[in-house]
Amino acid sequence: MTPPTPSAAAPLEATDESVEKSITSDAPKANESRSPGQLAWRRFKRDRTGVISACIVIFFFVIALAAPLIAKLYGKDPYTTYASKRPELLNMFAYPAGPNGGMSSEFWFGIEPQLGRDVFTFLLYAIRTSLGLAVAATLLTTILGVVIGVTAGYLGGKTDYLVGRVIDILLSFPSTLFFIAFMPVVYGLFIAPDENIPTWLRATALIIVLSTFGWASIARLLRGQVLGLREREFVEAARVTGASPGRIVFKELLPNLWTPIIIQSTLMLPHFVTAEAGLAFLGVGMIDPTPDWGVMIQRGAQFYTEDLTFMLFPGLSMVIFVLAFNLLGDSVRDALDPKSKR
Amino acid sequence: MFRFLVRRVIGAMVILLIISAITFWLFYAVPRDPAMMSCGKNCTPENLAQIRKNLGIDHSIPVQYWEWLKGVFVGRDYTGFGRCDAPCFGYSFANNVPVFDTIMDRLPTTLSLAFGAAAIFLVFGVGAGMLAALKQGQFLDKFASSASLLGSSLQIYFVGYLAMFIFVAKLGWLDQPQDNKTLLEDPSSWFSGLLLPWLVLAIIFTANYTRMTRSQMVEQLSEDYVRTARAKGLSRSNVFFRFAWRGAMGPIVTLFGIDLGTLIGGAIITESTFSLHGVGRLAVASVDQSDLPMLLGVTLLAAGAIVFFNIIVDAVYALIDPRIRLA
Repeated sequence: MTPPTPSAAAPLEATDESVEKSITSDAPKANESRSPGQLAWRRFKRDRTGVISACIVIFFFVIALAAPLIAKLYGKDPYTTYASKRPELLNMFAYPAGPNGGMSSEFWFGIEPQLGRDVFTFLLYAIRTSLGLAVAATLLTTILGVVIGVTAGYLGGKTDYLVGRVIDILLSFPSTLFFIAFMPVVYGLFIAPDENIPTWLRATALIIVLSTFGWASIARLLRGQVLGLREREFVEAARVTGASPGRIVFKELLPNLWTPIIIQSTLMLPHFVTAEAGLAFLGVGMIDPTPDWGVMIQRGAQFYTEDLTFMLFPGLSMVIFVLAFNLLGDSVRDALDPKSKR
Repeated sequence: MFRFLVRRVIGAMVILLIISAITFWLFYAVPRDPAMMSCGKNCTPENLAQIRKNLGIDHSIPVQYWEWLKGVFVGRDYTGFGRCDAPCFGYSFANNVPVFDTIMDRLPTTLSLAFGAAAIFLVFGVGAGMLAALKQGQFLDKFASSASLLGSSLQIYFVGYLAMFIFVAKLGWLDQPQDNKTLLEDPSSWFSGLLLPWLVLAIIFTANYTRMTRSQMVEQLSEDYVRTARAKGLSRSNVFFRFAWRGAMGPIVTLFGIDLGTLIGGAIITESTFSLHGVGRLAVASVDQSDLPMLLGVTLLAAGAIVFFNIIVDAVYALIDPRIRLA
């Protein structure tokens, strides 16, 4: 922060009030003092790849949020089997009658083989489901990881040792295997074994399972950071002046941890998107008729040799999203932490 | 070295014990009763009790766990199945076959898949990364970097089907993936059956190795010792291939160990995509059938593989980097 230079017109004996005024009025003009956030934002804006991938990612989130509106304007929904009312849409083998999976001005992305649902709206809602689940899992995982990691690092001693061992064990769990194995366990906690599993429970179980096995890596990273920060002078100073542990954690430590937290969670989200879709693909996550990226790929896998078009839409859109998000993650890291090497 | 190994193996045993206990408790505590399921419609309490006894689940969970654990080390007598020699991981609830035999039956596929793919992605990934670091900033570097970025965003359940569609169904260049024959029975059919899964797995994994190798090499090349070696007159390639790569290998060995361990525990999605009968699909099937002993066996195998390769990684670390002391 450069001190504001008093303007010539200002009286020599400036009161506190006028100094304050000159700070607020001169600082933006001087344009030399910026917060780390503003600096990162400027670095990010200069990164063309980052900006483009951010636009793509935002596009996906917008269409996910606006899916019902788009579907309404488009005039179809993902659940109706259009072919049952109009059998001419599918041929005698129950594959789309038109070329390219039945793409037409009426059905933009074609028609699903066998059941004859509309691919465009199905894809829209699939993105909505998958991104919603991934965002929820990322938020929960990040919160869990931050709370556990910072607590363990700050308290140290036995708590730290215990948390460290739990993290070790969690990280030696084979994750995909545990995802599939634990889904029935979570269902079992909520409903009787012979009942049908409602969609909300599938979603909840997915979020719980993904976060339960996901928090360990971010917690380990933050624990290490806190161990380093804890010994620094500013934390010691706060402790000596009698700050409560809560204040030290939230006001002293946490502001120094935002960079790794943001970087880790941007890396985590595409990972959760693909993990969630993988579980649906294996038949243990969301299931038909809930629209979902993984469900679509699983459906497409049943008839990919006859009609690849149906699989291309979810597959390619997912590759584009994950690629854009990975690029965005790299750019965010570069912007927030310019010293890091890749 | 010996002391290090002993200590790590004991640590690994403890971790496996904890994992088995957690898994056991969670799976056996689920409200699904395996005895109920195999008892069927006309189930009398006597039948139910008999089935429980046969399956060896007629005690409380801690006692069951103790019995199971004893079975692993000294074998166990089942009322329903008779003697089961050590290592006895119990009998499948689904088809009454010993868990250990089934896993051993499925393991060749998983091992072939893992080691075959690993050989490809290690060679190509590290090679491409080295090349990219050598030609820093040139076309080759940019190409390798973009390709690896794309590769790391691909998913097996999409690329696998796409590759099968193009190379098997349309062009007919490769065979439909299958695992009917092991390497020892019929090498050529083993190879052609697994070639496509290897390639697809390798494409996805190669990306990580290229990125990692490149960044590690670039970092090493900016170190002081490289400048010293160059200053005293060693050629660029000499420095590159004799010194720098040693420093860069550490993180790559770690990554490779983790990947190999994970793959041996069952490449679940890959095996499902290509309809291979490995350990991963066994796991999915046993979840579907609530086959708890089988699931427990597969889980332990997977966790064991990860823990085992962690130890190997640490030992190899010490071999390539003399600064690291074990114990």
